[in-house]
Amino acid sequence: MTGIAVAYRWELRKLAAQKRTYLGLAGMALLPLIFTVTVAIDGGNVEGSIFGRVSETGLTTPLILLFFGSAFLFPLTAALVAGDIVATEDHHGTLKTILTRSIDRGAVFGAKALAAITYGLVSLLVFAAVAVAAGVAAWGLHPLTSLSGTEIAVPRALALIAAALAAYLIPLITVASIALVLSTVARNSAAAVVGTLLIVVLMQIVAGIPGTEAVQPYLLPDQFDAWQGLLRDPIDWAPIWHATWVSLLYAVPCLVAAAAVFRRRDVAGG
Amino acid sequence: MSGPPRTDEAEGAQRALGREPLDGAAAPIVARGLVKRYGDVLAVDRVDLTVRAGDVYGYLGPNGAGKTTSMRMLLGLIRPDAGSVRLFGRDPLTEGARALEGVAGFVEAPRFYPYLSGRKNLEMMAAYDGGDARTRIDAALETVDLADRARHKAGGYSHGMRQRLGIAAALLRAPRLLILDEPATGLDPAGMRDMRALIRRLADGGMTVLLSSHQLAEVEELCDRVAIVRGGAVVYEGGLDELRAAAGGGYLLRTTDDALAARVCRAQPGVEDVAIEPGGITLRASEADAGRLSIALVEAGIGILALVPRTATLEDLFFELTEGPGDVLPRDTMEVVVSASGPRKLGPSDDVT
Repeated sequence: MTGIAVAYRWELRKLAAQKRTYLGLAGMALLPLIFTVTVAIDGGNVEGSIFGRVSETGLTTPLILLFFGSAFLFPLTAALVAGDIVATEDHHGTLKTILTRSIDRGAVFGAKALAAITYGLVSLLVFAAVAVAAGVAAWGLHPLTSLSGTEIAVPRALALIAAALAAYLIPLITVASIALVLSTVARNSAAAVVGTLLIVVLMQIVAGIPGTEAVQPYLLPDQFDAWQGLLRDPIDWAPIWHATWVSLLYAVPCLVAAAAVFRRRDVAGG
Repeated sequence: MSGPPRTDEAEGAQRALGREPLDGAAAPIVARGLVKRYGDVLAVDRVDLTVRAGDVYGYLGPNGAGKTTSMRMLLGLIRPDAGSVRLFGRDPLTEGARALEGVAGFVEAPRFYPYLSGRKNLEMMAAYDGGDARTRIDAALETVDLADRARHKAGGYSHGMRQRLGIAAALLRAPRLLILDEPATGLDPAGMRDMRALIRRLADGGMTVLLSSHQLAEVEELCDRVAIVRGGAVVYEGGLDELRAAAGGGYLLRTTDDALAARVCRAQPGVEDVAIEPGGITLRASEADAGRLSIALVEAGIGILALVPRTATLEDLFFELTEGPGDVLPRDTMEVVVSASGPRKLGPSDDVT
């Protein structure tokens, strides 16, 4: 195995050994459960959802929750790990432990970035799996109504849900990249997590200010909603491609800067 | 070998960088002119170090003298503002992990992932090291007497256990050079004894050891060569025996008439630094001059009660070199060291006028 593969494997094992990892995942699993139970008790009569009545099909549940969670909840979960993954080494004084072994700094950083992205992916998968399972258990497996009002057959609806999650993962990686650079520079987990959320919230606020329409397509909130293009009939790919390059515009400089800082930084504490 | 013959100058340049001529092995550590500043604070000031194969090398200095910062630079954890480091001829800053082949150790207290067991921590490090490091885990745990606690989380380890786990982590790399930063600090007396015994055992097995410490007994017991740092600069580098010898040459004289004896001493060629103190007269002289002095004293009608050579302990020398007014060493101390060394007198003392 190459250095980065070895380090990536151990980054995942370290994540698996920490309780905080499961807190985030538990939150992702609990959200659909709480939503489903609450709505089911209410008779499934939630109106006003962009996907029609919640009780029409269990497949509506993950999409509604993705719609509501995309702005803050999922970015928070991604930032919790990405903002911590370098800073925690500073906190524990363990950077000196791993950086005096036979592995290059670049491999260690690459492994950390991949592990943070992996966590974002896993948290989305946990959320989606529980949401689909809970939704289907409560309201059954029926065709989904698209945002254009057309009916989508179950197999295609499941594929579109997976695609929507993949599309949402792109801006989520951007959030993780921002958290990663803050984690590397600030060397403090709390500062990195809060700083990342602050950036996301600031963009939300700016996007809501009248007169900022020209910049809105280039702020993260627009990219968080790009996945909805997949639920139109026919599929609207434009927001997906736009979100991809705009997200990369944020993510790549963040990752390059974080890697550069990590490779050259003095490991003086601990 | 074909090609042009290597000149003395070229060989000198190679040696200066820790790259010995091709028929010789590169020195484990060669550091030249290391400087590190933190804002206005000069943490390390033009440090030169040469650790030769087989040395058990003590890096001595009071807290805050720059020992740990220097060691971090040796391991490539900190970038020096100036100067260079070569470990077995390799530069850790440009060659990264490759420069650390054959090198292991820790700076300050060794740190581990508290949520992983001691064994898992070692497994991770062995995976990072590659090769057959993993096969050494059991032996390393046995060596440091941690086999029974290896499955417990490192977060629950005592300071002494973490120190020992740090040694075990170093041993996984089967190092030729072991760099240890105050390994016995914080240990109880039994732990300190065991740690010293362990280091002695490793050194006896042929490992080169760089050991930083402010515990003089530890250095005196383990080391054959030392560098003494003060205010970030090396004020002495060389053999312990040479250092002791340089500070030797002192005598304590007790006579039946100290006042008269002091006058005789001052008039005697080769006898210097004569002072009357409560316990007698102190002076400096070679053995031959001391012999001639004893004859002169007897000829002057003075009874000699005692003429005892004074042997400086490492502690005496350490405090002489690391304490004193201002940022420079006392002139007389500097002279002792300069005359001592054959080794070298470095750092701020060079600037003393």
